[in-house]
Amino acid sequence: MSAVTLTHLQRLEAEAIHIMREVVAQADNPVMLYSVGKDSAVMLHLARKAFYPAPPPFPLLHVDTTWKFRDMYSLRDRAARKAGMQLLVHQNPDAVRQGINPFDHGSLHTDMWKTEGLKQALDLNGFDAAFGGARRDEEKSRAKERIFSFRTSTHRWDPKNQRPELWRSYNARKNKGESMRVFPLSNWTELDIWQYIHLEKIEIVPLYYAAERPTVIRDGLLLMVDDDRFPLNGETPVMRSVRFRTLGCYPLTGAVESRAQTLPEIIQEMLLTTTSERQGRAIDHDQAASMEKKKQEGYF
Amino acid sequence: MNEIYKTDALIAEDIDSYLDTHQHKTMLRFITCGSVDDGKSTLIGRLLYDSKMIFEDQLAALESDSKRLGTQGENIDFALLVDGLAAEREQGITIDVAYRFFATEKRKFIVADTPGHEQYTRNMVTGASTADLAVILIDARKGVLTQTRRHSYLAHLIGIRHIVVAVNKMDLVGYDQARFDEIIADYAEFARSIGIEDFTAIPISGLAGDNITSPSDSTPWYDGPALLAHLETVELDQTVEQQKPFRMPVQWVNRPDLNFRGFAGTIATGQIRPGDGVRVMPSGKTSTIARIVTMEGDLDLAVAGQAVTLCLADEIDCSRGQVITAANQPVEVADQFEATVIWMDEDSMVPGRAYWLKLGPLTVSAAIAAPKHQVNVNTMAHEAAKTLDLNAIGVAHITTDREIPFEAYADSRDLGGFILIDKMTNRTVGAGLLHFALRRAQNIHWQATDISRDDHAAMKNQKPLVLWMTGLSGSGKSTIANMVEKKLARMNRHTFLLDGDNVRHGLNKDLGFTEADRVENIRRVGEVAKLMTDAGLIVITAFISPFRAEREMVRAMMQPGEFVEVFIDTPLEEAEKRDVKGLYAKARAGQLKNFTGIDSPYEAPDAPEIRIDTTSISAEEAAELIVSKIIP
Repeated sequence: MSAVTLTHLQRLEAEAIHIMREVVAQADNPVMLYSVGKDSAVMLHLARKAFYPAPPPFPLLHVDTTWKFRDMYSLRDRAARKAGMQLLVHQNPDAVRQGINPFDHGSLHTDMWKTEGLKQALDLNGFDAAFGGARRDEEKSRAKERIFSFRTSTHRWDPKNQRPELWRSYNARKNKGESMRVFPLSNWTELDIWQYIHLEKIEIVPLYYAAERPTVIRDGLLLMVDDDRFPLNGETPVMRSVRFRTLGCYPLTGAVESRAQTLPEIIQEMLLTTTSERQGRAIDHDQAASMEKKKQEGYF
Repeated sequence: MNEIYKTDALIAEDIDSYLDTHQHKTMLRFITCGSVDDGKSTLIGRLLYDSKMIFEDQLAALESDSKRLGTQGENIDFALLVDGLAAEREQGITIDVAYRFFATEKRKFIVADTPGHEQYTRNMVTGASTADLAVILIDARKGVLTQTRRHSYLAHLIGIRHIVVAVNKMDLVGYDQARFDEIIADYAEFARSIGIEDFTAIPISGLAGDNITSPSDSTPWYDGPALLAHLETVELDQTVEQQKPFRMPVQWVNRPDLNFRGFAGTIATGQIRPGDGVRVMPSGKTSTIARIVTMEGDLDLAVAGQAVTLCLADEIDCSRGQVITAANQPVEVADQFEATVIWMDEDSMVPGRAYWLKLGPLTVSAAIAAPKHQVNVNTMAHEAAKTLDLNAIGVAHITTDREIPFEAYADSRDLGGFILIDKMTNRTVGAGLLHFALRRAQNIHWQATDISRDDHAAMKNQKPLVLWMTGLSGSGKSTIANMVEKKLARMNRHTFLLDGDNVRHGLNKDLGFTEADRVENIRRVGEVAKLMTDAGLIVITAFISPFRAEREMVRAMMQPGEFVEVFIDTPLEEAEKRDVKGLYAKARAGQLKNFTGIDSPYEAPDAPEIRIDTTSISAEEAAELIVSKIIP
C-alpha cells in the first residue's frame, strides 16, 4: 500500500472539519459568528465542505456595529445566500438608541456594539456554541487558547476552568446556561489563510485588494473615508492606492499603502513586509494587555 | 540567512512558483520538553526568529525588552518571544500548553510548548497527545536529570515514535565531544530500560545557534543532521497510520433528504476506496463503500487523517460512535479493560464512581476500579495506590456500561485514547490509554431465565419501584421509610426496606466511610435494589447517599421511571439539634471522621422526584404524601 502525502493545508482543513462536526454532534444550538473578514470567509467555506451535500446545520450571526465598510455588507448577504444558510444580524438596541460611534465614544464603541452586542445575540437566541475565526498565531496571549473555550452563564472566560484537549477528542459537555466558543482555525497562520483562499478560490471583500481610495491620516492610522458619516476636521481626503490586512469598523481600521491587486501579490507583500497583522486595528493599542481583558469580558 | 529559508529572492522574483512549493508542504507537530533552565524558550524563540515568524513591530518590542532586562547583554533574548505574559502569571493559569507555528521550505511545524514544573504531567500528556516527535532538552553541564527521565517516560507512554535528545548549551562545555558522548551513553541506558528503542542525539546551542538551522563548525566531530534538517525529514505518523487496517469512527450522520445518507468522520487509520468491503462495529453488519463524497466531487481514495463522508451500498444501521472498519479486519468489542489512567483534576479519582468515558465520538458511562499500581514518574517504580491524585499515572481496570469498539492504544491513538469527564462538573478529569480487553467479561454470559421480571411484577400485581430516600444523618429517613413501608403493607404491596445501618452489619461490613468506600456502599445497595425490582418488589432505601454522582449511578441502573429520588430535606442545624444517635456531638468532638455535614460534604439533589421539608410537616404526613405520589 503506497502512502498518500497530505499537505499541511489538507491537514488543517481536515482538523477544522472534524471540529465543526464535533460541535454539531454535541451542541444543542450552535451558530457561526460571521464577521465578513478573510478568516470568516475561510471558516464558512470549511463549514460548507464539512456538511456537504447538506447546508451547514446552523445559522450565521453577524454582530453588526453599523460602522462596517459598505463592501462588507454586500458580500455578507451574498455569501450567506450562496451557502444556503440563515443570516442573523444583531445590532445592540442600546447602542442604536444612544448613537454610539467610534468618533465620539472611544472604547465604549467596541464594548457596546461588539462585546455587549455579541452577548445579547447569543442570549436572545439561546445559542450554546459559537464558532469564531480566531487564530493562535494572532498574538502571544492567544497561543494557549483552547479550541473549545468555555464561558460561564454570564459569558465570562475563566482561565482556571479551561479543559485539557487531548488527541482529536473534545469534551463539549456543559451545564445549563454555560456556553462555548469554538475556534476551528486555531492552528492556521495568516499565510495559511491566504494560501487557502488562493487555492480554493474563495471570494473575499475587495478591500483586501489595493485600489485608489479616499483616505485621511489620523493618529498614525491611514483611514478610509467610506461614507459621509466620517467627520472631516478641515481635512481633504486624499486618493491613495491602499488595501486592508484586516477588516473591522472602517473608522478604526488602518489601511496600508499597496499596489497588490491579486492574491499572489498580496501574499508576496505580506511575506516581504514585516508588520504584524493586528497592528492595523486601533482596538489593540487602547491599553496594555487589552486583548486578554476583552476576552475575559466576553469579546472574542 | 541560510538555504532553509532562502525565500526572499524567490518571493520577490516568482511568487507563483513560491506559492506552488508552499502548497505542497507537509506538517509536523512536535513537543519540546525541558524547563526554562534548559534553554527551551530560547530554542523555540530562535526557531521562530530564524523562520521569520516574527514581525517588525514584535521584533522592536523584543529588542527593547531584551535591552531593558539585559539578560543577554546587548543581544536579543529569544526566550522573551515565548515566555508568558504578566497577565498569565497573575491569573495563575495551571493547565497550560501553548502552541506556536513556524515553517521552512519543506514543512509547517506546530510546536506544543508546555511550561511549568508543578502541572508537568497533565500539560505534557496533553501536548504530546497530538505530537509526532518530542525534543528532549538536556543541559550539557547537568546531564541526564530526573526530569529528563520523566519527560522521556511520558513521551514514550503517549506513543511518540521519534525522540530527539538535544544536548543544549554545548558552548558552555567548550563543544566537548567526550561530554556529549558521556551524556548520550547515560541516556541510552535509561532509554532501553523503559522501552525506547531508538532516538536521535544532537549537540546544540540555542543561544549561539549551533546545529539548529545548519551544521555547526564548532562541532566537527558530529556528522549527523542539524535539528531543523532532522525535523524536516523525519517520517510522519500519518504515513505509518495509512499502512494499518481501515478504521473510521462515525462522527455525524449526514441525512439532508431521503435520497442521501452519508457517514461523516475522520479516518483514524488505513485507506479506503469505493467498492471496498466494510464492517460496522459493534453491530458487525457488512456492506461496501458506494461513494466517498466531498464538495469538490467524489474521491477515488481517502486516507488516514482526512475528514470525509462515506456512503454505503446497503441501508444498514450506523450512528455516531460506531466504527466503520475493513470488512475482514474488524476491531474488537468489549466492556472491561486494562488501561493506563492519567489523572488531571484537583479532585482525586474516586474508584467505583461512574464517569463519562469519551473515546473518539463515543461517550459511555464507565467505572474505574482502584488502581493496581501507580507509576512514580521520577523513578518509574510501581507503587501501591488506593486512588489517583492530580498528575498521578496508574494502571487500572475499567468497566463500561456497554460494549464498545476499540483498539489498543499502541495500535491507534484515536481508538485507544480516551478522556474521562466528571458527570457533575463536566470537567475533563483524566485521560487514558486502553491496553487490552479483560477476558472475564466475555466468559460470563447473561443467564436468560424463563420467569421474566414482568412475570414477577404481574404476580404481585404491582409496578416495581425504588424509593430512594437521601438526606443528612438524623434527617428522618429511617423513620419515614419505616412508616411508608407499613402503609404500603396495609395496601397489600410487596415491599422491602434496605436500611443504611442494617446493610453495614452484613453485606457491607467490610466498608468504612472514606469517599471510595461510600461509593462502593451505594453501588452494592443499588445492585441489590435492582435485583429486588427484578423480583417485582417495591424497594425502600434509607441511606445518606451524600454524592449526586452515586445517586445518578443507581438511577441509571434501574429501568426508566422505576427510580424515585426522595429528598428528606432537613437543615444541618435541625438535624444536629435532634442528634438522635449522638453522632453529631461525636463528630464535632473529632471522634468521628468523614461525617456528612461536618467534615464530609452533602450534595443535595437538584431535581428530586419528591422533596420532604421536615421542618414544616410531620413524619406521618411525609409518609402519607410519598405513598399518595407513588400509588395513584
